[in-house]
Amino acid sequence: MGTTGMTQEARLITKELTIGHGEHVLLRDAGLSLVSGSLTALVGINGIGKSTLLRTLAGLHQPLKGEVLVEGKEVHALAATERARLISVVLTGRPQAGMLEVETLVGLGRQPWTDRWGRFTKEDEKVVHSALERTGALHLRQRTMDTCSDGECQKVMIARALAQATPVLLLDEPTAFLDLPNRAEIVRVLRGIAHDEGKAVLFSTHDLQIALDLCDRIVLMRPDKELWQGDTREALASGVLAEAFASSGVRFDAAYGTHRFLP
Amino acid sequence: MRGTVRWLWAFAAFGALFAMIGLVTGSVNLSLAEVWNAVLHPGEDTAIGTIIWRVRLPEIATAAFAGAGLAAGGLLMQTLFRNPLAGPGVLGITSGSGLGVALVLLARPLWAWMPLPQDLMMTVAALLGAIAVLLLIVLADRRVGDGITLLIMGLMVGYLCSALVSVLQAASGAEALRGYVLWGLGSFGGMDLPRLPWIMVPVAAGLVVAITLIKPLNALLIGDDQARSMGVPVDRVRRIAIWTTGVLAGTITAFCGPIAFLGLATPHVARAFLRTGDHRALMPGSILLGAVLALGCDLLVRTSASGTLLPLNAVTSLLGAPVVLWVLLRGRKWARPA
Repeated sequence: MGTTGMTQEARLITKELTIGHGEHVLLRDAGLSLVSGSLTALVGINGIGKSTLLRTLAGLHQPLKGEVLVEGKEVHALAATERARLISVVLTGRPQAGMLEVETLVGLGRQPWTDRWGRFTKEDEKVVHSALERTGALHLRQRTMDTCSDGECQKVMIARALAQATPVLLLDEPTAFLDLPNRAEIVRVLRGIAHDEGKAVLFSTHDLQIALDLCDRIVLMRPDKELWQGDTREALASGVLAEAFASSGVRFDAAYGTHRFLP
Repeated sequence: MRGTVRWLWAFAAFGALFAMIGLVTGSVNLSLAEVWNAVLHPGEDTAIGTIIWRVRLPEIATAAFAGAGLAAGGLLMQTLFRNPLAGPGVLGITSGSGLGVALVLLARPLWAWMPLPQDLMMTVAALLGAIAVLLLIVLADRRVGDGITLLIMGLMVGYLCSALVSVLQAASGAEALRGYVLWGLGSFGGMDLPRLPWIMVPVAAGLVVAITLIKPLNALLIGDDQARSMGVPVDRVRRIAIWTTGVLAGTITAFCGPIAFLGLATPHVARAFLRTGDHRALMPGSILLGAVLALGCDLLVRTSASGTLLPLNAVTSLLGAPVVLWVLLRGRKWARPA
């Protein structure tokens, strides 16, 4: 599934990464790696620390211990602009930028590359255009954000991250609040970005079905256990998912990778 | 962007037109030729020269700078707090300056020993007042981080400051009181040529800084963390924006009084014309439009004046309050929940 012909190499790795808030440790000594050209889903139950992990990887949250390395550089020691050239992020929530045109918003992704006034070169314009094209948002470019649906808005935010032209792309629940067709489309867009542009893409989701069907790799956060990571098929076969999401009301069918809700 | 440039030229043209009308009209109506002649020969001690150089030019310059500065400060606050109803007046910043000014004007015996010109004292006091309130608001924003609470806090700070001013008023003499009440009505007049730099230099500096913030302000539109992820030093930008607003609102309030609504309403009028949230258009647009609106208000104040002066604050409120109501009623574009 993940074989795209491109050589795969680790773009982002963590060394003995311990994350959390103050005394409250969410993850201990994790060694995570994200490889180029692959789409990875970050799964785990509510409150387990998916957002904190993503924010720590992105350099927005200080780790309690350990390092995050992107292309050999320690993310938390980098200057803000340099970091922004390595990692782009799409956070949850709809931005309150109603009067901003889609094209302008996507253009914000060029900020780490433009001069202090944010002036665009031909190259910047080309990058923005192809980012809009890649996410299927090109037809929206003259619209203002307040006229976009939630699905369109998410595409625009992904295009913005894409315009940032980073080897690593992190997204916090990009499919939350979307209906089924939109969820599928967003994840297919992410898959295309990973496979065709050789980026390492990691997104958190509660949608196991989509993770299993469309992602190359799974990173699973488990309570009181270390991080599990591996191929999607392996995740299914080894039973780690069934174990992690086991509860009295849900049965996980490993053969199909689907949930059955028990009355 | 081309439409934007055209609007900016239109704003500038209106500004020039209003300034010209301002030079020609007043208690004595002059012809354009007379005005032109007086402007070209600043040294001549004629009646017209005196009117132009001692009264009208300073008033026009003050109005233009005050309007531009308040509008830029309003835009900075609205973006910083992601709140369409933020502005120097609403957040209590001008009240803070007002308290500072009251301390200088009303409690003069306390300062009499200080060998400083009153202009400097007023500027510094208004500035300190503005920045104290701003810091309070920043703290509150960090703790509660919700727009409504912030606005209510601004109102409360406003009440608190005016209560303190009332106490000062009760304890001060009639002459000082008169000065303070006149100041409170707001006016662009009363600045003569030598005093102009007191307002022009800080405001010009504030405007320059506001313009250099255009790029990070745009990033802030999609959220602090999202901006951070694009390499924006958010905390530094916030600090700079807050000090800039403090300097702008503080200086202008010190010399022109607590001018209502200009800072809050102008960015909205600019948005309505320019139809964008992009600060590359909005910042210069608000600055120019602020100057235009202030010049317009000043004209209304002066032309209405046949003996009695219409208070500037009444005019800006009459024009500004409906704008804010309109924003509230059609606030879809701004107030959309995240």
